[in-house]
Amino acid sequence: MSSFLSQEVPLSWYLLLSALLFTLGVVGFLIKRNLITVFMSIELMLNGVNLSFVTFAHQWHAVKGQIFVFFVMMVAAAEAAVGLAIIIAVFRARATLAVDRIDLMKL
Amino acid sequence: MHLIIFFVFAGFCLAGAINLLLQTHPINSALSLIVVMTSLAVLYLLLGAEFLAAAQVIVYAGAIMVLFTFVVMLLNAGREERTMGSRTWRAVGFPSAAVILGVLATIILRAQGLGTAGMSQGITSTEDLSKVLFTELLLPFEVTSVLILIAILGAVALARHGSGDPHGIPVPNGNRERTATK
Repeated sequence: MSSFLSQEVPLSWYLLLSALLFTLGVVGFLIKRNLITVFMSIELMLNGVNLSFVTFAHQWHAVKGQIFVFFVMMVAAAEAAVGLAIIIAVFRARATLAVDRIDLMKL
Repeated sequence: MHLIIFFVFAGFCLAGAINLLLQTHPINSALSLIVVMTSLAVLYLLLGAEFLAAAQVIVYAGAIMVLFTFVVMLLNAGREERTMGSRTWRAVGFPSAAVILGVLATIILRAQGLGTAGMSQGITSTEDLSKVLFTELLLPFEVTSVLILIAILGAVALARHGSGDPHGIPVPNGNRERTATK
């Protein structure tokens, strides 16, 4: 039992989890039909990639991998603010959030 | 102990991600995304990234998801309509996603020299992180703050009510009227 408690996790499992999260994000981006949920799938993909960055930072004992994740978080925050503002502007112009009906750049 | 915590929170993570795809109401998807991000914070802590675990909870699960839920409620987003796309694209899309996963998994499983993560290994302290961030990477850090400033200005300019009108004065309660009449 004590050997089970002290057992270590292979880093490839963390990488597999990150690959799964990324793929689920891709699938969500393709199948969801609501603009906000599509945007959430992009955040899911970003999180999957962040997990692999942290895993490799652990593997190589490199601090810069973690700092990269920090920068990704900052850019994601900026991206979420601008993206949601665009979604609000689109909703004002079209009064819908269904991506099937938002298929023109012009009004 | 590490193994158990990993399995529990990896399970939460995957369950939340799958639930995000299955739910039809955006607010349910947003809540499952919060579950995913919080369990990822625990996984970061297991990998020894204490600062990132805190930042993940504050920035992602806190700030970004509050923004998402706020917009979902502001726009009164209802249940999404299921439009089943063309059969051809479904037949192409799902196998392509499976191929992406398969390629990534093959590369990961064939990689040599990947170590393990355990409880005994030390954590990267915030001090170590900030030493590099504020000396070597000071310029990118400052550029990021400018980026966020620009993003704030852009968000305000885009979301302002009737940004095309000459006066540029936001009409009070404009959103409420619009969503109420919908």
